[in-house]
Amino acid sequence: MSFRQISVFLENRPGALLEMTETLYTNSIDMRAFSLAETSDFGIARIIVDDVEKTAAILREAGYILSITPVIAVEVPNEPGGLRRTLRTLSEVNVNVEYMYAFVGSNPAVAMMVFRVADIEKAVTALESAGIKEVTL
Amino acid sequence: MERYYQPEIETASPEQIRAWQSERLVSQVRHVYDNVPYYRKKMEDAGLTPDDIHGVDDLHKLPFLSKADLREAYPYGLVAEPLKNCVRIQSTSGTTGKRVVAFYTQSDIDLWEDCCARAITAAGGTDEDVCQVSYGYGLFTGGPGLNGGSHKVGCLTVPTSSGNTERQIMFIRDLSTTILCCTPSYAAYLGESMKEMGLGPDDIPLKAGIFGAEAWSEEMRHDIEKTLGIKAYDIYGLTELSGPGVAFECSAQNGMHINEDHFIAEIIDPNTGEVLPDGVQGELVFTSITKKAFPLLRYRTRDICTLTHEKCPCGRTHVRMSKPRGRTDDMLIIRGVNVFPSQVETVLLNLGYGANYQIIVDRVNHTDTLDVHVEMTPEMFTDNMGEIAQRQKKITEGLRSMLGLTAKVTLVAPKSIVRSEGKAVRVIDNRKI
Repeated sequence: MSFRQISVFLENRPGALLEMTETLYTNSIDMRAFSLAETSDFGIARIIVDDVEKTAAILREAGYILSITPVIAVEVPNEPGGLRRTLRTLSEVNVNVEYMYAFVGSNPAVAMMVFRVADIEKAVTALESAGIKEVTL
Repeated sequence: MERYYQPEIETASPEQIRAWQSERLVSQVRHVYDNVPYYRKKMEDAGLTPDDIHGVDDLHKLPFLSKADLREAYPYGLVAEPLKNCVRIQSTSGTTGKRVVAFYTQSDIDLWEDCCARAITAAGGTDEDVCQVSYGYGLFTGGPGLNGGSHKVGCLTVPTSSGNTERQIMFIRDLSTTILCCTPSYAAYLGESMKEMGLGPDDIPLKAGIFGAEAWSEEMRHDIEKTLGIKAYDIYGLTELSGPGVAFECSAQNGMHINEDHFIAEIIDPNTGEVLPDGVQGELVFTSITKKAFPLLRYRTRDICTLTHEKCPCGRTHVRMSKPRGRTDDMLIIRGVNVFPSQVETVLLNLGYGANYQIIVDRVNHTDTLDVHVEMTPEMFTDNMGEIAQRQKKITEGLRSMLGLTAKVTLVAPKSIVRSEGKAVRVIDNRKI
């Protein structure tokens, strides 16, 4: 349920994101999930890939500054109230969500959600005992 | 025990030093007024005659002399002795415009070499030492100055001049050189070359180095001291005043003693010309009071530093100057405030960031804007946006307390700041004034 996400520092300027994806493309790296957070002058690209070490090494080699962050990825039923159940579980054990983003897998019936939480261990235990399904990438 | 080359002068009481300065200043002003039409005109324009100068307290009345004056008077316009009394010239490289040519009588050379001898003695040099002078010889003052000082101290002098690194190292080893005189960057280069040859600090007999003629940091001092296994001493000077030895470091390695029996130092506000007290940063100004052939009154060095009259543990009583922090040439005036790139660098280094930054000044709606771009470092980066914003704010606050100005701090990608010949371009001034 816990995954390692790569967070990459990007300048907020035209082409910055393209350059990063070019680097991944030329090294045949497929992104499983992707999200972008930004301020007026910089952004953080958050990506989930199969081979974290290899991808991190390639990006560092290309001059990027990055960090590897533990996140949680779970399946959320693609129906009304789907997300609500997951959030309630986290709220009940008093775990704060710092950010989250969604992506789609091969099964259109479920959405995949990535959560960055304050207390990852506590969150995983609570989600598991609530029977929330972990994502299989 | 601390050794001095001229103990009675170097440890004289402040009153004695002041008395020497007053007496010598009065006769120097008379000397230039009588012999240099350029000075006479400058003084007349300021409504002054030598009778207005009774001592150091009247120094501030005299007009400043700048590099522009030296260029205008080139080559003979400031020479105060008949050429038959002059025995040598030295010259600057002229990289920033027209060369400066300075003239010397035999007595000028003698006093200059005394200053260098004081520096070598302060670095622990005696007649038992082997002193290798790896500064360039020729028009450059470094080689001739330290060469003369080394003779005066009685060291065995090895005049290798600069370059030919393998030969330098061979002489250091074969002749058991104990004192090395060169630029700090050449000392660092010698250290690197020794490492490549498989030589460590224990393989060479060096104990001290006297390094000057360019700016160098404390970090560089530590590196050189470690690689060469020596104590590294700073020395300051400029061709216009004589050459190296205007000021030198003692065993305390905490500021350079200015040879006040030959030079009167002042710190001024570079904008207003107002004389500033001890501890306040400003432009260093020198008056040479013993030089006969090429005396300079209130010469603006463009070097930015501070002075201190605090007691020095080495026993020398002459005023100390800090390492120059920059040049007025680098100074920016932003919203009326003096800003040096080195101040921005200090803030960043204190917060643990690298020195890769760029200052961008512009003018929007008649108001100066200050943008500081800082390259992101792995240490500074985190996945947490809020945390990065906090760190960015800390830089802004650090700059505000250092400069008294609010800067817009932008974090940029690593290696994105343009470099020329390996050095980052520090300042971009887009103001059209």
